[in-house]
Amino acid sequence: MTVTVRLFASYAESLGKSELSLEVGNGATVADVVKAVAALPGADRLPPSPLVAVNCSYATAKTGLNDGDEVAFIPPVAGG
Amino acid sequence: MMRASIVRDPIDVGSLTREAASDSCGATAVFLGTVRSTNEGREVDGIEYSAYEEMAEREMTAILGEASAKFVIRNGIVEHRIGVLAVGDVSIAVVVAHPHRHHAMDALRYIIDQTKARATIWKLEHYTDGSRAWVGAGSGKSQ
Repeated sequence: MTVTVRLFASYAESLGKSELSLEVGNGATVADVVKAVAALPGADRLPPSPLVAVNCSYATAKTGLNDGDEVAFIPPVAGG
Repeated sequence: MMRASIVRDPIDVGSLTREAASDSCGATAVFLGTVRSTNEGREVDGIEYSAYEEMAEREMTAILGEASAKFVIRNGIVEHRIGVLAVGDVSIAVVVAHPHRHHAMDALRYIIDQTKARATIWKLEHYTDGSRAWVGAGSGKSQ
């Protein structure tokens, strides 16, 4: 199945992109996506366990994924 | 009436205040966040705001719902601007209307504090020496 990975702010800058499609196996979890993204060039500047949201809701490493899900890597927020 | 938006144009505070005010409310409380000229000893030229817009609006709407439940506010509006802002520009406006001032001001503080902690919005500070830095980067929480 395919999920869309979205990157923002310093994370997007580190990886040089703000969005990518990722093929993952059935039954994949957030942890699998984090591991795949960690292997990309520039990902060494991301924390080992970044905050992640699935379809706009904060998730955990164990959160299960479905085909078409949007998995967002959330840097430390700084609004206001 | 509760409304949370990410906007790109300058925030019209007068318009927001009129929208939130109500004949049944004796208090309309307003908080404005503005770009300041220094941060941690560095001279700031401006701030570039970016957002995960869908999630930020969803989170700010949830915060307004929480404030409504806790403080029984009648009307609440949050607008956060993104893009490149200059020193003095309004980056966020929160407007709350309640029959009485104490609840209006308590709700206002709750909404701005929660928005800063939870809304998926980021700042890239531009300094007068030409350099730039992400605010808060490197000090983030983990899962």
